[in-house]
Amino acid sequence: MSRTVHLRPPLTDELVRDLVMGDQVLVSGVIYTARDAAHRLLVELWEKRQELPVDLHGQILYYVGPSPARPGRVIGAAGPTTSSRMDRYTPTLLKLGLKAMIGKGKRSPEVIEALKVHTAVYLGATGGAGALISKCIKAAEVVAFPELGPEAVHRLVVEDLPTIVINDCHGGDLYEAGRRKYARETGTRP
Amino acid sequence: MRQIATEKIIQAVKEAVIAANYELDEDLLAALARGEREEESPAGREIFRQLLENARIAREERIPLCQDCGLAVIFAELGQEAHIVGGDFEAALQEGVRQGYGEGYLRKSLCHPLTRKNTGDNTPAVIHTEIVPGDRLKLTVVPKGGGSENMSKLFMLKPAEGLPGIKERVVATVAEAGPNPCPPIIVGVGIGGNFERSAFLAKKALLRRIADTHPDPEVAALERELLTSVNHLGIGPGGLGGRLTALAVKVLMQPCHIASLPLAVNLQCHASRHKEVVL
Repeated sequence: MSRTVHLRPPLTDELVRDLVMGDQVLVSGVIYTARDAAHRLLVELWEKRQELPVDLHGQILYYVGPSPARPGRVIGAAGPTTSSRMDRYTPTLLKLGLKAMIGKGKRSPEVIEALKVHTAVYLGATGGAGALISKCIKAAEVVAFPELGPEAVHRLVVEDLPTIVINDCHGGDLYEAGRRKYARETGTRP
Repeated sequence: MRQIATEKIIQAVKEAVIAANYELDEDLLAALARGEREEESPAGREIFRQLLENARIAREERIPLCQDCGLAVIFAELGQEAHIVGGDFEAALQEGVRQGYGEGYLRKSLCHPLTRKNTGDNTPAVIHTEIVPGDRLKLTVVPKGGGSENMSKLFMLKPAEGLPGIKERVVATVAEAGPNPCPPIIVGVGIGGNFERSAFLAKKALLRRIADTHPDPEVAALERELLTSVNHLGIGPGGLGGRLTALAVKVLMQPCHIASLPLAVNLQCHASRHKEVVL
């Protein structure tokens, strides 16, 4: 197992540069949620030169649409959703100072390039571990676009949310490297 | 004639929808536990550990297994000697889904395809009804996640492409999906029928127990070969690299037109949630 790093935003370029693919990263502190609809609205606001409801400088976005909280609970299941749906908006948000994203699944070549240009990192959380991750979330409040329901932007306070570095700012790609390491010759052509 | 009240159907569907979203069955838990023991990649073993822990938390603390509580697919096998009373059969199934997603604190994930406006209650469910011998009603409720569904594919192959063409497409579908469908996955393969029947077979194949073996030895051999090939891709749990990309490949097959060779590949994430009830 590779090393374990504790990460707490706001993130600096120096902190991001230190992260390399395969690092186990435990995220604590304040992070923000956004899925496709919220991304679209954020980028639209920026295009109209209006102020964003959240200052993304040094921040972490978590791609999640949680299930409803039971009475007395902070949040429901809250695992990552597929990141590629956010790809078309991500380079813009990185330009605005976003430093890290938590999701699952492959990113586009444009996003991977933008991570290098803007010194940012893509962290993977375990897809389908919604109950486990829910336990790491200590507080949740809607801070923008309440009309989007589960897709609204939430401000989360998290403690030791388990992630792993998939794409670092040096061009490392764990999905590619991991697959190469374990791939075997097969009679059936992929 | 045996009567089945729609009230009972609503209650059964509601309970099944909730149970499926909070509890993995023993068959799947056993496969995950075996995965944790057998996976060579340390990062992959950590994924299995998290998934087993996730299942425990979901069951004990009543948090859904996954925030994507799925689109509800219902396979209904209605005995021809049974008589539904007290209302419309399909409306009862939909009402059960509505109540289950509401009372079970489950995420409502259905929307208008173009405006993307949420329907608000996770209906309509996708319902497949078959009339079968007997006087019972068997309902299998399958909350199907969007991430793995999105990576599924359907091919209308040329008959000359045959078995090699089938194998190549199944492996290519899993390869292209990579980490997106939340591996370790289960691969449902439907061969034959026609365009829509192959997709139905692929989905239905996902209902089979992970531990079972296909009764036809030729199909069983195909399943084993496909599983080996898929696991040679190296994608691994969570897509982080590893030996166990898939826990199982399940095939259902039926005759098709002499001009056709339909093939559907339906991917299922590791949270293979399904609950069966018989009324």
